[in-house]
Amino acid sequence: MAKTRKIITDPLSDNNPVTWQVLGVCSALAVTTQVSTAVVMSLALTTVLCFSNVVISMLRNLIPNKIRMIVELCVIATLVILADQILRAFLYDISKQLSVFVGLIITNCIVMGRAEAYALQNPPFKSFLDGIGNGLGYSVVLIAVASLRELLGSGTWFGITILDTSWYTGNTLMLLPPGAFVIIGLLIWLQRTFISKTLREED
Amino acid sequence: MGLLNLAIESIFIQNILLSLFLGMCSYLAQSKKMESAKGLGMAVIMVLTIATPLNWLIRRYLLQAGALSWTGVEALGALDLSFLTFICFIAVIASLVQIVEMVVDRFFPVLYNSLGIFLPLITVNCAILGASLFMVERQYSLTESVVYGSSSGVGWALAIMSLAAIRKKIRYSNVPEGLRGLGMAFIITGLMAIGFLCFSGISLGG
Repeated sequence: MAKTRKIITDPLSDNNPVTWQVLGVCSALAVTTQVSTAVVMSLALTTVLCFSNVVISMLRNLIPNKIRMIVELCVIATLVILADQILRAFLYDISKQLSVFVGLIITNCIVMGRAEAYALQNPPFKSFLDGIGNGLGYSVVLIAVASLRELLGSGTWFGITILDTSWYTGNTLMLLPPGAFVIIGLLIWLQRTFISKTLREED
Repeated sequence: MGLLNLAIESIFIQNILLSLFLGMCSYLAQSKKMESAKGLGMAVIMVLTIATPLNWLIRRYLLQAGALSWTGVEALGALDLSFLTFICFIAVIASLVQIVEMVVDRFFPVLYNSLGIFLPLITVNCAILGASLFMVERQYSLTESVVYGSSSGVGWALAIMSLAAIRKKIRYSNVPEGLRGLGMAFIITGLMAIGFLCFSGISLGG
């Protein structure tokens, strides 16, 4: 039991390259100006990641090694289409705000990376848990960035006013692209200094 | 004039990397050396210029609602296959990259030596898929999609080459330990993005 729990908690702690999760977040940075869109994006990615892991893991003994990338891409693209259609049907406004970024889950390095590195060698249930773990890791980073940007940028969190406009003037730079880059840079700094000292790379 | 405006907008004002965050993975991984940044930048320009109009044609004549009416078959003309957009686009990009790689290898061996190793990386570069999807969302025409594709590529190449140049300059700077490498690359990108914000003041004149 402890071992199964470890599959989920590992990606959240320092044993896995968390920096990698930071990199996976990049293509979705454009949706981090609000917490609500970031949450929907995280849910979409986690779902796609879990099911792509399960499907690829079930097919792992059937996929010829040479064309495995194409098979993985097909599975992921199909799941992303499903996620996109569901969002359009039930959360139309948010899916408009997410615009092309749901489609870009296809090229997200976390999804492809987990399929390659984990699902191809492990049974479906374990792969599913691995998907949840890595999806959570992604969500934590994405929602953290979105929280900072929304709080500092417009003084709200999830649309609730936290910093009243009577004394706090929103820092518009946080809502613009540079804010996201600098926040990610500082997050990596924090992470490397306090969480995972082993991950340093020399430039 | 409209096309020039579009080009200026997608290179400077709405730079695909600095304001839309697309193509970050290879941008960070390949910006340590100027040569590789240049090679990858050129490869991205090439693939984007071909892939965006190609995807436009695929969407216009195969996927859109009523797109198949040119076949003359009524049942096909009534189809709306636009839900297949993602999977078709990624398939087009993956196969296009393969074909480009083979063509370049056969006819331009010199170019292949400098670009060859970067071409396979491009399939998973989200800038390519992103540009195609934006092309759909913004409803560009065929000529506009050629201009949009190539100038997005130029914008991306500009960003990666600037980062490579800056990283080379700061190689001997005393950066705090935890910030070295990836962290600093992000901060620099942030500063570059602030710089590019200046371009948003350009008046494009309708």
